[in-house]
Amino acid sequence: MDMIKKVPVREQDPEVRSHNFDEVCMGYNREEAELEASRCLNCRRPRCVVGCPVNINIPSFIMKIKDGDIAGAYDTISESSSLPAICGRVCPQETQCEGLCVRGIKGEAVSIGKLERYVADTAKAMGIKPHSAARRNGRKVAVIGSGPAGLSCAGDLAKMGYDVTIFEALHRAGGVLVYGIPEFRLPKNAVVDKEIENVKALGVKIETDVVIGKSTTIDALMKEDGFEAVFIGSGAGLPKFMNIPGEQALGVFSANEYLTRSNLMGAFSENSRTPIMRAKRAVIVGGGNVAMDAARTALRLGAETHIVYRRSEEELPARAEEVHHAKEEGIIFNLLTNPVRINADENGWVKSVTCLRMELGEPDASGRRRPVEVPGSEFDIACDCVIMSLGTSPNPLISSTTKGLDINRWKCIEADENSGQTSKKGVFAGGDAVTGAATVILAMGAGRAAAKGIDEYLSAN
Amino acid sequence: MFKILKKEYLAPTICLMDIEAPRIARHALPGQFVIVRVDEGGERIPLTICDYDAEKGTVQIVFQVVGGETFRMQKLEEGDSFLDFVGPLGVPSDLTELTPEELREKKICFIAGGVGTAPVYCQLKWLKKNGVDVDCILGARTKDIIVLEDAMREVSNLYVCTDDGSYGIHGNVCVALQQLWDEGKRYDRVIAIGPMIMMKFVCALTKELGVETIVSMNPIMVDGTGMCGACRLVVDGKVKFACVDGPEFDGHKVDFDQAMKRMKQYATEEGRLYLAAKEGDTHHGGCGSCG
Ligand SMILES: Cc1cc2nc3c(=O)[nH]c(=O)nc-3n(C[C@H](O)[C@H](O)[C@H](O)COP(=O)(O)OP(=O)(O)OC[C@H]3O[C@@H](n4cnc5c(N)ncnc54)[C@H](O)[C@@H]3O)c2cc1C
Ligand code: FES
Repeated sequence: MDMIKKVPVREQDPEVRSHNFDEVCMGYNREEAELEASRCLNCRRPRCVVGCPVNINIPSFIMKIKDGDIAGAYDTISESSSLPAICGRVCPQETQCEGLCVRGIKGEAVSIGKLERYVADTAKAMGIKPHSAARRNGRKVAVIGSGPAGLSCAGDLAKMGYDVTIFEALHRAGGVLVYGIPEFRLPKNAVVDKEIENVKALGVKIETDVVIGKSTTIDALMKEDGFEAVFIGSGAGLPKFMNIPGEQALGVFSANEYLTRSNLMGAFSENSRTPIMRAKRAVIVGGGNVAMDAARTALRLGAETHIVYRRSEEELPARAEEVHHAKEEGIIFNLLTNPVRINADENGWVKSVTCLRMELGEPDASGRRRPVEVPGSEFDIACDCVIMSLGTSPNPLISSTTKGLDINRWKCIEADENSGQTSKKGVFAGGDAVTGAATVILAMGAGRAAAKGIDEYLSAN
Repeated sequence: MFKILKKEYLAPTICLMDIEAPRIARHALPGQFVIVRVDEGGERIPLTICDYDAEKGTVQIVFQVVGGETFRMQKLEEGDSFLDFVGPLGVPSDLTELTPEELREKKICFIAGGVGTAPVYCQLKWLKKNGVDVDCILGARTKDIIVLEDAMREVSNLYVCTDDGSYGIHGNVCVALQQLWDEGKRYDRVIAIGPMIMMKFVCALTKELGVETIVSMNPIMVDGTGMCGACRLVVDGKVKFACVDGPEFDGHKVDFDQAMKRMKQYATEEGRLYLAAKEGDTHHGGCGSCG
C-alpha cells in the first residue's frame, strides 16, 4: 500500500448525488478503517491532539481501531467528545487535527475525521452506549437550546447526577444540526436523533416549543421553577443581510430561511407541506459552510447554482471537503466578486444581481488580504433566486430579557472561557451564543466546560 | 402535545378553540401570537392569541379556514391535541402598557376586514373586559361573507359596511371611516387589521385625517423567533422582522407595496397544496394554479 496517500473514502457519484439528498460520504468499512489506522505513526508527541479543540487522544483511539477494539476506541473518544458521529462528519479537520498530522508533511494526513466517524457509527451499530449516569442528586439545572453546546452540557451534567431539562424554541431538538446542516451531509434520523436519544437515555428531559425570553424567562426558571443553575446555549441564529438595494425582492432569502424550510420542515421532499423555491438559477452570496450548504441544496432542488464570494479561493472559510464536493457537483464559483445591487422584474421577482470584481489588497484586521473593488468592473449575473449567507449573530431574545447578563458589542454573551460563568450568578453560557457563529466542536467543548463550571459552582453552594 | 379543551364555530368557517398551554397562558398579553403545528409534517402557522386564562392554563385561538393547514386544524375535535403550540411570540400591543383608566380615556376605532376579523375580535374582547368602549368598523365585499357580526357587536359599537351596499354602510372601510368622521366622530387611534391592501388604504386616509394608526402585519413566517428573516418588512426605511419587532407597527411607516409583493412569494405553491388537501383526487384542474 502507498502510505503517502490516505485510503480513499467511498462517496456517491457526483452526477447521481446532485439529484438526491442522501448522504454524500459513505464512510469507511472495517477493512478500510484498519488500513487507514495503520498509517498513523502513533507519534510520541502527537501534534494532532494539540490541533483538536477538545484534545481527543487521537493516536490512542486509532491504535484501538487497528486492534479491532471498537468499544475501547469509543471510550477514548468519549472521554473528550460527546458527539463523535457528528464531529467526524462536520469538523474542519484540515485546519485542526489533520492540519498538524506529521504524515501531512510529505504526503496526506491520516484521515482522522473519517476514522472518528467509523468508530462512532460502528459503536452505534454494536449498541455501545456512553457510560450511564451517576446517582441522581436531585438538583435541577436548566439548559437553553438543544444544539451541540446544550446537548453536551446537559449530557455531562446528567452523568454527574443532575436533574437536567433542555428548553428548545423549535419543535425539534438539535439546533443547527437539524435546521441548518443538510441531510446529505449529516443524516437527521440516523445520526443526529441517535445522539439526542443518547442524551435522553442519560435522563435529560427535552421540552421543545419553549422560547426562553417569551414563554418564560431565566429569572422565572430560577425563582419559580427551582432551577439552581442555567446554561445558555442558544446559538447565533440571527441572519445578516447586506443592506444593498433590491434585497427585499421576491426570491431573495436568508440561508437560514432556505435551509430551515428544506431541513427542519423537510421541504426538499416532494411530499412536504412546506413550500420552498425551486429556482432555475440561484446565486448564493458567501463562502462559508452555510453558503456551501445552501448552494448544494439549491442545486439538488434543480437550480444552476453560483457562489459569489468577495475574496479568493484561499480565504473560503468553508471546510475543504465541502468546497471540493460543491465543485464536483457542478457549482460555479464566482470568486473575487461582490454584489452591489439586486434587480427585480416588473412583478418584483429577482432577475439579476449586479456585481463588482474585486482584487486583494493589504491584509485587514483579520489578517486576510482585504478585497478592494475594481473600478468600472460592474456586470450582471442573471438569476431568479438569491440566498444571503453572510453569517449570523446571537439573537437578543435572551439577553434583552435577562437582567444582569452582560453582552459585548457583537451581542455575544460575556462568559468565562474555562467555566462558562456569565456576569449573572448561577447563569453559564457557551457555544455560538458566546463566540458568535463558530463550529460544532467548539460549541460542544464549551458545553462540556460549562458543565464542569456548573458542577463546581453548585458543589460550593 | 397541547390538548383542545373547547371547540366552537363562531361562523361556518371561523373556529374558536381553547388550548391547554399553561406556560403560555401565564405569560401571554394581547397583541402576541402563537405558532401551531397540527401534526408531524405540518406547517408552522402563526395565530393571534385571542384570550388566555392563567389560572386554568388555557389559551384561546380563533382562526378562519383559509388554506390547507387551517383546514386540517378545523378537523381536530375537543380532546384532540396540537402537536406543537409555541409562544407567546411577538411584542404585546402597547395598549397593554396603559392602565384601564388611561385606556378608557382613549378614543379608539378598530377596522376589521377578512381574515383580520378574528384578531380584531380578540382585542375588542380584551378591551371590553377592561371596561373600555370602542368603535369598530367591520368590512366585507358583500353581505353573505360577513362573519362574527353578533359576537363583535357584543364587545364594541359596531358599524358594518359592504362594498356592494348589500348590508350596512355602502362602501369599503375607508368610506365608512370617512362617514363616521364627517358625522363628527374623532379618534386618537385607529387599529386596522385585515388584508394588506385594506390596511394600506386605511393608512392613506388616516394620514390625511391625522390619526395615529396601528396595523398588525401578518407576513409569511417560519420560526417566529427572528431566526430566518422570512417575515421581514420595511418600516420607516429599515428592515424589521414582524415576528420579533412586531406584529404591530405604526401603519404610516410601513412599506405596504413591498409587503404585499412578498406575500405572493409562495402563493401558487401553497394554493396548489391546499387544493390537493381539500379536494384530494377529485381536483382535476381548472383552478388556474395547478397546471
Ligand atoms: C448551515 C450551517 C452549516 C454549518 N456547518 C458546519 C460544519 O460543517 N462544521 C462545523 O463545525 N460547524 C458548522 N456550522 C456551525 C455550527 O453548526 C455551530 O457553530 C454550532 O451548531 C453551534 O452550536 P450551539 O449549540 O452553540 O448553537 P445552535 O446549534 O445554534 O443551537 C442553539 C439552539 O438554541 C435554540 N434557541 C435559541 N434561542 C432560544 C431561546 N430563546 N429559547 C430556547 N431555545 C433557543 C435554537 O433554536 C437552537 O436549537 C454550520 C452552521 C450552519 C448554520
Ligand atoms: S419568522 Fe423567521 S424571522 Fe420572523
